[in-house]
Amino acid sequence: MIMAVNPVHPPSAGRRPVSWGTPLTYALALAVAAVSIAPILYVIVGGFRTTPQIVADPGGLPDPWVFDNYTRVLTQSKFWQQAFNSGVIALGTTLGVVVLGLAAAFVLARYSFRGREGLYTFFTLGLLFPAGAAILPLYLMLRDLGLVNSYYAVILPQVAFQLPLTIVILRPFLSAIPRELEDAAAIDGAGRLGFLWRIALPLSRPALVTVGVLAFVASWNAFLLPLLVLGDVDLHTLPLGVQNFSSQFSTDTAGVLAFTSLAMLPALFFFTLAEKQIVGGLQGAVKG
Amino acid sequence: MTSTDQTRFPAGGVSAPPAGHRPAGRSSSRRAETRRKWYEIIGLTTPALVVYVMFVLVPMGFAVYYSLYRWRGVGPPTEYIGFKNYTLAFQDPIFLDALRNNAIIVFGSLLIQGPIALGIALLLNRRFRGRAVFRLLAFVPYVLAEVTVGIMWKLILAEGGTVDALLRSVGLGSLVQAWLADLDVVIWTLLFVLTWKYVGFAIILLLAGLSNVPHELTEAAAIDGASWWQTQRHVTLPLLGPTIRIWMFLSMIGSLQVFDVIWVTSVPAIRSLGASGTMATYMVDNGFFARLWGYGNAVAVILFVISFVAALLFQRFILRRDIEGAITGRAN
Repeated sequence: MIMAVNPVHPPSAGRRPVSWGTPLTYALALAVAAVSIAPILYVIVGGFRTTPQIVADPGGLPDPWVFDNYTRVLTQSKFWQQAFNSGVIALGTTLGVVVLGLAAAFVLARYSFRGREGLYTFFTLGLLFPAGAAILPLYLMLRDLGLVNSYYAVILPQVAFQLPLTIVILRPFLSAIPRELEDAAAIDGAGRLGFLWRIALPLSRPALVTVGVLAFVASWNAFLLPLLVLGDVDLHTLPLGVQNFSSQFSTDTAGVLAFTSLAMLPALFFFTLAEKQIVGGLQGAVKG
Repeated sequence: MTSTDQTRFPAGGVSAPPAGHRPAGRSSSRRAETRRKWYEIIGLTTPALVVYVMFVLVPMGFAVYYSLYRWRGVGPPTEYIGFKNYTLAFQDPIFLDALRNNAIIVFGSLLIQGPIALGIALLLNRRFRGRAVFRLLAFVPYVLAEVTVGIMWKLILAEGGTVDALLRSVGLGSLVQAWLADLDVVIWTLLFVLTWKYVGFAIILLLAGLSNVPHELTEAAAIDGASWWQTQRHVTLPLLGPTIRIWMFLSMIGSLQVFDVIWVTSVPAIRSLGASGTMATYMVDNGFFARLWGYGNAVAVILFVISFVAALLFQRFILRRDIEGAITGRAN
């Protein structure tokens, strides 16, 4: 695979001009894009067909286009309720992760005290604990606490399992805030808490958005924990809804395609908004 | 964790005067300040610490405890049977199949996703118009919920479904399989689905790593007459080492815990025949749905120990120089 030599740019060019790539580059990039999204497009477009159409010709296009599957899912299923439940749980998780993670990371970054590194190690140990392995005793504990069938049963464990990563990402960010800013805040009469609120919080916003988005997406997509602790159908989240719908109406292929498509859209939307942020946040994390 | 008697005076500070002779003034105000510092430390870390200990560490402890009992989950466990649950698991051919399936997924992910992701990342790291759109499209599968991905592919791979129709239409009808129902084929089908889903994650990480490679280096190589491929091979790739190793670590730990995609794509019968089940699906099938709580918890502990040992070995021998501090705790 020999490709064209990179065009040489003058050494001190600030923003380098973006050129059109070679046809081979485009061909390969198109192939990658096709493999990524063809199955997704198939599902979305398939939702506009009828089940008999799909059975007769599994690979065809809608002819005619029918909107009934989508309207049926949106009006007759529990889609909206499940989206609402997912939203509450994902927002609750994100808020918990950001608030608790920021507070702990701030202490680990800006206070010097004995046992600090020990405490940090203690938190980072959580990175080695697979969430899946603790699920059975977690369920039993939540049951004994009377939390099963509540939003808390999903939010609290999700916050807990997301905290180690959050602290690992936030701590270096908070450590990097120059000492002079803290001294300046002290001269202005702000204590360390005032510094946290008025200076550290705004300055670490990019890192906070990164950990927030990661927590939100993880929570939005979560399946195993909600499956075990949300027996009450009215509390079901979208991933549970997708699975229920697909097994309950397994013969209604077009309906399942429509439900699955609708369940994908919010995640795709959030991701498109936050993609730069995620990639930017990871750049700091993978620095060698 | 933290105890208040660890208060330290700043280096070079006044030595504490003998008790009973404390003059009011500087040293008492410093004590007040130290006390406030500790209030802040404790106040800010306690909520995170409580939630973390209660929902991450305590359940793992209970898993170990429950795993030593034969217990149906009603009332406190009373029938202590030692390590019997563990020996039973390792005698169950379906659990051994689950271990094998996990191994296939771990090595399959590393050996297939890695090279594909590397190729795509190098491609999408080239500068060309529309690159951002292609990047976004390559990441899309990674954001979708595992469940959605599973159901989606279940529909596409259904017998007489799209994939089969596609193969027939290009004259490859002989390749048509019962993709998700053939006991010999299903694990490879699932490996394909998992690859499709997770390769985007590897690409995101690698692109992040690539953006840290200084332009000066690749430009210098180009000036020296190196082709694009030679530049990638001898300049870019070696600098990506740390990123690749971190991805391998995350991919390995994730592969050991795979649950959602397997759960929604293969019916219980296929799972219980050992063809597609993993440790996690085996654990939930037995522990939660069959209500064998003691046994299920033993499987949880096995899953945990395997992940933990794999993580430690990987960190000890491969990751060590990359994340010095991230997990071992020596920051900076």
